[in-house]
Amino acid sequence: MLNSGISVLFEGVNLERLLLGLLVTLRVALIAVVISIVMGILIGIIRTSKSKLVQILFKLYLELFRIIPILVWLFVIYYVIPANFDLNLSAEVVALIVFSLWGAAEMSDIVRGAIISLPKHQTESSKALGLSVSQMYRYVLIPQATKRCIPPMINLITRMIKTTALLTMIGVVEVIKVGQQIIEVNNLEHPTISFWIYGFVFFLYFVICFPLSRFSRKLERKWAT
Amino acid sequence: MKKFLVLLLAALTAVILAACGGSDSEEKAETSSEATSAIDAIKERGTLRVAVFSDKPPFGYVDANGENQGYDVVLAKRLAKDLLGDESKVEYVLTEAQARVDLLKSDKVDVVLANFTVTPERQEQVDFANPYMKVAIGVVSPNSASIESVDQLKGKKLIVTKGTTAETYFMKNHPEIELVKYDQNTESFEALKDRRGDAMAQDNALLFGWANENPDFSVALSSLGDLDYIAPAVKKGNTELLEWLNTELEALGQEQFFHKAYDETLKPSFGENISADDVVVEGKAE
Repeated sequence: MLNSGISVLFEGVNLERLLLGLLVTLRVALIAVVISIVMGILIGIIRTSKSKLVQILFKLYLELFRIIPILVWLFVIYYVIPANFDLNLSAEVVALIVFSLWGAAEMSDIVRGAIISLPKHQTESSKALGLSVSQMYRYVLIPQATKRCIPPMINLITRMIKTTALLTMIGVVEVIKVGQQIIEVNNLEHPTISFWIYGFVFFLYFVICFPLSRFSRKLERKWAT
Repeated sequence: MKKFLVLLLAALTAVILAACGGSDSEEKAETSSEATSAIDAIKERGTLRVAVFSDKPPFGYVDANGENQGYDVVLAKRLAKDLLGDESKVEYVLTEAQARVDLLKSDKVDVVLANFTVTPERQEQVDFANPYMKVAIGVVSPNSASIESVDQLKGKKLIVTKGTTAETYFMKNHPEIELVKYDQNTESFEALKDRRGDAMAQDNALLFGWANENPDFSVALSSLGDLDYIAPAVKKGNTELLEWLNTELEALGQEQFFHKAYDETLKPSFGENISADDVVVEGKAE
């Protein structure tokens, strides 16, 4: 009985469809991660500024993405904006925008935290040595901050990959949606199909996220000394 | 600090006002272009954008080869063939039940063909064309003690699923019948198999499919209460496309298109014992 479901995976192009779904998941997640890292580092550095205006503006941005659930952002940009303004974006573009903005907000907080956690004498010593501001960041602050950033950054990346599951709600056909399509077509004939398909989807996510999490732990251990 | 907050608020208000003003003029532009021709816009694009289900067999699903299939999809293909001359010129937008209204409102699709039941609340938000299917409450019972009329249910136990139209119908119209309620359809069906009730009431289309898989049972009472219709829907105010759909649906009705679509897609899962006339509407309310 249990093995009747697994055959469905190899029927027609089912396996290929699941992997293509995974590709959509990864494409959205990876592009968003790259944009987030670049924007996050810039915004993170800007946020160490002493200016109250800059601090409040970016704090507002970060809190907007922390407080409002990602699902709501997706709905607002996918359904509400086109209904009221003449701006029609495809589901994947909407996903990229929301995930990049969210990732950049979270990433900026990580970068800011890492920079301000550096002892004050690092800045003071660089200044005493006569380094310009850009030199100070380039040679002193960023290399040290990077060490402190990497573990939480990898944590954020795995969170972003997993959160792409929400994209089914705006009609992006990613790996979970493909799984549901296969389950609904086959569950009268194979009652255990959902176990196999969801099990396989679990396995796919695991294969992607587990190495990342191991990598992060390894780096942490290496730099702890 | 206070000064800054005031400035920020002022700036925000200005942006919002500007945005609202902008959207007004854009809306006007949009409606005027729609008024000239919604159908020309589709022809220019070369594809008909249709919202269908991807996980609700036999109405709309994706088969093992990744192709869209089902009763709704057969109609979508025919619409594309008659409008654009090629049945492959359909862009399927896969949808969820709760997204159907928003897809039309935000102009993501031209037509929704996703088992969309006509209700007064939905009619306020979208425009429905002529129906192509109907659903009513049905009662499924074991062949050994078949229930053919509501009178036979008196003094017996009837299984229903909570929150369904069947539950509301029996509570309102036949309070004398004892109901046994379950949260999920799966539980209700299991309860019926265990004979914890004498029969079960649900949407008839759902029961037909189930009874076909369970030959000891049959839908002896196939239609009760008010009929609900299932119809294509378009964006509110898109009268040109709506009128085209209505003429098209009536023409398809003339050639008994929906009976053929029933035989192709629904019959295999509903079984031989169901008459197409219980389910199909030929493009015109009866």
